[in-house]
Amino acid sequence: MSFDVPDDHRYLESHEWVRTDDDTARVGITDFAQDELGDVVFVELPAEGDDLTAGEGFGVVESIKAVSDIYAPVSGTVTAVNEALFDRPELVNEDPFGEGWMLDVTLADESELDDLLGADAYRDRIA
Amino acid sequence: MTLRRPPLAGVYEDATLTDFGGWEMPVEFDSTRTEHIVVREAAGKFDVSHMGQVTVSGPDALDLTQRLTTTDVAVLAPGDAQYSGVTDEDGCLLDDIIIYRLPDGAADDYLFIPNAGQDGEMTERWVSHREKWGLTATVTNRTEAYAMVALQGPDAETLLAAETDLELDSLSRFEVASDTVAGSETLVARTGYTGETGFELLCPTGDAETVWSAFDCQPCGLGARDTLRLEMGFLLSGQEFHPTDEPRTPYEADIGRTVDLETDFVGRDPLAAQARDGVDERLVGLELLDRGVPRHGYDVTDTGGNPLGHVTSGTVSPTLGTPIALAYLPTEHTDPDTPVRVVIRGESKEARTRATPFIDG
Repeated sequence: MSFDVPDDHRYLESHEWVRTDDDTARVGITDFAQDELGDVVFVELPAEGDDLTAGEGFGVVESIKAVSDIYAPVSGTVTAVNEALFDRPELVNEDPFGEGWMLDVTLADESELDDLLGADAYRDRIA
Repeated sequence: MTLRRPPLAGVYEDATLTDFGGWEMPVEFDSTRTEHIVVREAAGKFDVSHMGQVTVSGPDALDLTQRLTTTDVAVLAPGDAQYSGVTDEDGCLLDDIIIYRLPDGAADDYLFIPNAGQDGEMTERWVSHREKWGLTATVTNRTEAYAMVALQGPDAETLLAAETDLELDSLSRFEVASDTVAGSETLVARTGYTGETGFELLCPTGDAETVWSAFDCQPCGLGARDTLRLEMGFLLSGQEFHPTDEPRTPYEADIGRTVDLETDFVGRDPLAAQARDGVDERLVGLELLDRGVPRHGYDVTDTGGNPLGHVTSGTVSPTLGTPIALAYLPTEHTDPDTPVRVVIRGESKEARTRATPFIDG
């Protein structure tokens, strides 16, 4: 089975992705992660204004069969939450890199991006 | 420990597998939700070869089985089946089973179906009590000899009719007959664990793939089997009852209908007392009003936060789209629509009790 791993995203070993646009970073979980979880039925996310710390848990995603913590790829302050996931958590399965995004954060420290996996390294991780 | 593999293991390609009762079984072929909905709306097939098969034959087969189960086995005519409990001396459930009185002409008198991984223990229980009571019966664990396929859903009958000459119209719920299915000698029972009409097919292990492949419908895994049974409020051995982790009587587990106190069986006297005095706690359905997923082991409290009990099984119902659960609560909190709370990761979530099944059967 092959999974989407967009080249312009960076990844955590624990299957979260981040995509930056200037000083804003969008965060979600990968195609591989949603496939492992199966049907996502619940997503718990922080609120706007909350702070994330790179490597620490910031939320929970639950499928019918499992509960998983979600880890922050970068540190920063939450500027937007994808509230559509509260009513339609299945968007995480249907479009993990698009409509299934979770948070926007303002990057506290751009150099943290260098600690993340590039697309090739992440492809090796899930191979 | 080596996992037991069902005879169909070689047939699955993309299925996700898990250890269930010592068997390596498929959890999902497609997605649990997809499989679930297909069974409610059309038909799906499940490999349930992890379920045990134990036969009991000989002059005292009825007496032995009667004294080890909660129902009145004597009422079964050839070709009848019943849902029953196996209880210990305290009246607590060791297993819940289906007992078949096999059709005339079958090699054995009775066949019963223990849960996954319980076949060895149940066989031993029948054998040791036969010795203790000096009865004459042959008890054989045939779990490895049988494959079991469940064909469930509104289209199940049409699918099966194309593969057998058996008159399915005359096979009522909880009846069993023997005939060929896809050319293989098979026991066909109108039973299941989904709440839909459907069949459970028992065939020799060597014919498993032929019977499985004969049905062109969605293969379904244990994930959908669990969500389907939970919507019906059916018990799962090991979750709603367990000899040490969750010792519960049939009355507590809300299957008091399986207890016939007119028969004599192991555990009868404590159950008679419970029937007379009532139970302190009982299994009840819950519906979560807040977002979240109630799961096995989560605490249930009253609206003031005082502990009441715990969740035994929970999920988000694929049919209703809402979180549902089963929980043991003090009897005075089990009336439908009683407000309670389920504690999920430290947060108290609003819920209310509900009668089961959660969906219209």
